[in-house]
Amino acid sequence: MATAEVTHEAHDDHGHHEDEGFFKKYLWSVDHKVIAVQYLVTGMAMAVIGGFFAYVFRMQLAFPGEAVPGFGIVSPAEYNALVTNHGTIMIFWVAMPVLIAAFGNFLIPLMVGCDDMVFPKINRLSYQIFLLSAIVLISSFFVEGGGFGGAWTAYPPLSAVSEYNLTPLGATLWVVAVALEFVAFLLGGINFITTAMNSRAPGMRLYDIPMAVWMIVVASILFMASVGPLIAGAIMLIFDQTLNTGFFDPAKGGDPVLWQHLFWFFGHPEVYVVLLPALGFVAEIITTFSRKPLFAYRTVLYTVFGTGILSFTVWAHHQFISGIDPRMAHIFTITTLLISVPIAEMMFVYIATLYKGSITLNTPMLWALAFIGEFLIGGVTGIFLGASGPDVFYHDTYFVLAHFHYTFFPIAIIGSFCGLTYWWPKMTGKMMNETLGKIHFWGTVIPFNVIFLPLFVLGQLGQHRRIYSYEGFGELMREDVWLGMGMQDMRVLATMALVVMLAFQVVFFVNVFITLRKKEKDAGPNPYNANSLEWLAPSPPGHGNFAELPTVYRGPYEYSHPDRKAKGTDFWPQWEKE
Amino acid sequence: MSPPRSTADLRVIDDPRPLPAVPSAVLGTLVFILTEIMMFAGMISAFQITRASAVLGWPPPGQPRLPADETLINTIALLLSGVALFWAGRRFERDRREARAPLLLAFALGAFFVVFQGVEWVALLRDGLSMTSSQHGAFFYLIVGTHGIHVIGALCVMAMVVQRHQQGRLASSTFQAMRVFWYFVVGVWPLLYTLVYL
Ligand code: HEM
Ligand SMILES: [Cu+2]
Repeated sequence: MATAEVTHEAHDDHGHHEDEGFFKKYLWSVDHKVIAVQYLVTGMAMAVIGGFFAYVFRMQLAFPGEAVPGFGIVSPAEYNALVTNHGTIMIFWVAMPVLIAAFGNFLIPLMVGCDDMVFPKINRLSYQIFLLSAIVLISSFFVEGGGFGGAWTAYPPLSAVSEYNLTPLGATLWVVAVALEFVAFLLGGINFITTAMNSRAPGMRLYDIPMAVWMIVVASILFMASVGPLIAGAIMLIFDQTLNTGFFDPAKGGDPVLWQHLFWFFGHPEVYVVLLPALGFVAEIITTFSRKPLFAYRTVLYTVFGTGILSFTVWAHHQFISGIDPRMAHIFTITTLLISVPIAEMMFVYIATLYKGSITLNTPMLWALAFIGEFLIGGVTGIFLGASGPDVFYHDTYFVLAHFHYTFFPIAIIGSFCGLTYWWPKMTGKMMNETLGKIHFWGTVIPFNVIFLPLFVLGQLGQHRRIYSYEGFGELMREDVWLGMGMQDMRVLATMALVVMLAFQVVFFVNVFITLRKKEKDAGPNPYNANSLEWLAPSPPGHGNFAELPTVYRGPYEYSHPDRKAKGTDFWPQWEKE
Repeated sequence: MSPPRSTADLRVIDDPRPLPAVPSAVLGTLVFILTEIMMFAGMISAFQITRASAVLGWPPPGQPRLPADETLINTIALLLSGVALFWAGRRFERDRREARAPLLLAFALGAFFVVFQGVEWVALLRDGLSMTSSQHGAFFYLIVGTHGIHVIGALCVMAMVVQRHQQGRLASSTFQAMRVFWYFVVGVWPLLYTLVYL
């Protein structure tokens, strides 16, 4: 029986590894872990901005016309810009950079057992372009006319014609920022896919790749395949804005619905682009903390690919009232209902993984369980929207808004906290405070439901999205509609819950601060007795990640294996030979 | 009570770091090309939809016709450039030094394509076809221009390859990745030519 000798391949394109100054080390680094932290910190800073925007426009909805503490009176144009950029930021500058770029960068080389990405310099360029895109977006809020207010979906002619949107500069900067961000993720995605395929540790077969890595890889493939048409659309939109072309202008023979197709052809796969990484983190966490193998690993993998393919066939469910042929609407109804099947399957798989496990309810596990519960609500309400009949009523109401917040919040916020709390010891070498972690968890998840459950009801009652103030609409100001509350009371309730939720985020930052100040590194390489390769590396991993590049002998989810139980342990790391 | 399908069976690992089936540079390029294909697909479908719904016919009355015949020459030049590069690749694998002539030929034909197109654009602009003159003009410059930028970008990479080759430090995988990208740029052109010019 021959065994592998681990070879230390010198990757000559990895740059020089000496200790360099702050600039070289933190801003010009090609190390995947440093780039991960750059993405993480930038993404979290953008989350603070996006959260502040939500606070301001929610205050306006609860107390229309009154000065918002910390902002002042909100004008209608400002309201539109805040809503538009809240959505844009949360999807493109928080969910994408944190879930895919930060965790993808940190985890992929560690989990497949290599020392860095295959293209480290492209990786560095990716972050630099991303940072530039964030700066362009932020600067768009301060130009003449203010930030773009035509919704994150940027439908023309509103987005294309400055006489309509009144933000000639803001609108263009917005599109440019989004386009730059896409370039950044293209470069990142090339690295993720290539590294996971070509740099795996000896012995690691395709079915030994941890789910978190697979999910990020599939998400990257989906992104790369879906973003092309939107890049084309973005170029056309910029031309319409700046060169006076008429690609989307009916007066010049163009077609505004064309943009909707280009946008949603990307837009729907994009929801799976952000969903999959979060699903991957949850898979790692629930197996580790229920000490059970992932139920039906291969089926999950095939399902993920199947979902990815299906996700290219449902986009027009966003356009049921855009004048599409009702027969087309039927087809897209069917594909949309179909795609909820694999998503539901994935939820059942996770529940089956938990079944009869010996469960540890620590902070990462709480986040993972919350993900499953909350996302279920989002997925189930999607089915109502996917049926073209009910959607004619629901479209652009708060029901849609509540639906996608019950999907995006679990993905972007709960999913990020899943990953952060679970891999924090690996990133820093220090354990976080569990009590603070749990306070933060409950202080986030309970208010989240208090914000968005009333919004389902408001949507049912016909409340439209993207409206500055409901005071002028008598039928949207009715009293005593739900649990004794009037419609305005429910708006106030949702806003108050948001303020509470934002306040509880302070607990998280306190926890981070306390942990970072701790002197001793108390985590050790493998604090959870987990199996995958990142737990072999020291915490935090040094340059080159592993003292000796590992060899893989089995899959990542061999928990509670009978052979090992006989020897007195319930885990079997991928890197251990016997 | 063993799990239904175990990945725990003992395995024999005799190849420490097997060479990847597709070199990383090539794989990365292929992934990038996937996005490129989808981008051109987006542009082409937008073009087809707009063209199909043009009430005044296509190309619109009063707008200059595209020089389809001259461009056929240019198309052939670009295709020949792809052939020359393929030839360069074959020679490179046999004896690295021999690749120089076909490599330079590929570059020259590619550069010819760009210059030819530049001349053509100047004439068309003079005849009154611009991005704002009609949807016809807008899509022409959008699609053909996007492709032209790709050709120019790929030529820059090719110039780098030529230089490295001369200095004797051209990595085989870099050359291969460059070739794959050039085949894409060349391969997509006949499709664009047929759809836009004919
Ligand atoms: C992966 C998790 C999901 C995410 C992140 C997500 C996200 C979104 C977002 C952002 C929107 C609103 C877009 C806008 O107009 O601004 C939306 C609408 C919609 N979603 Fe989802 N969704 C998810 C899952 C689902 C599922 C599983 C279904 C159906 C089975 C579904 C069906 C719909 C439909 C039909 C609409 C359009 C409603 C309308 O605008 O009238 N979604 N979703
Ligand atoms: Cu959708």
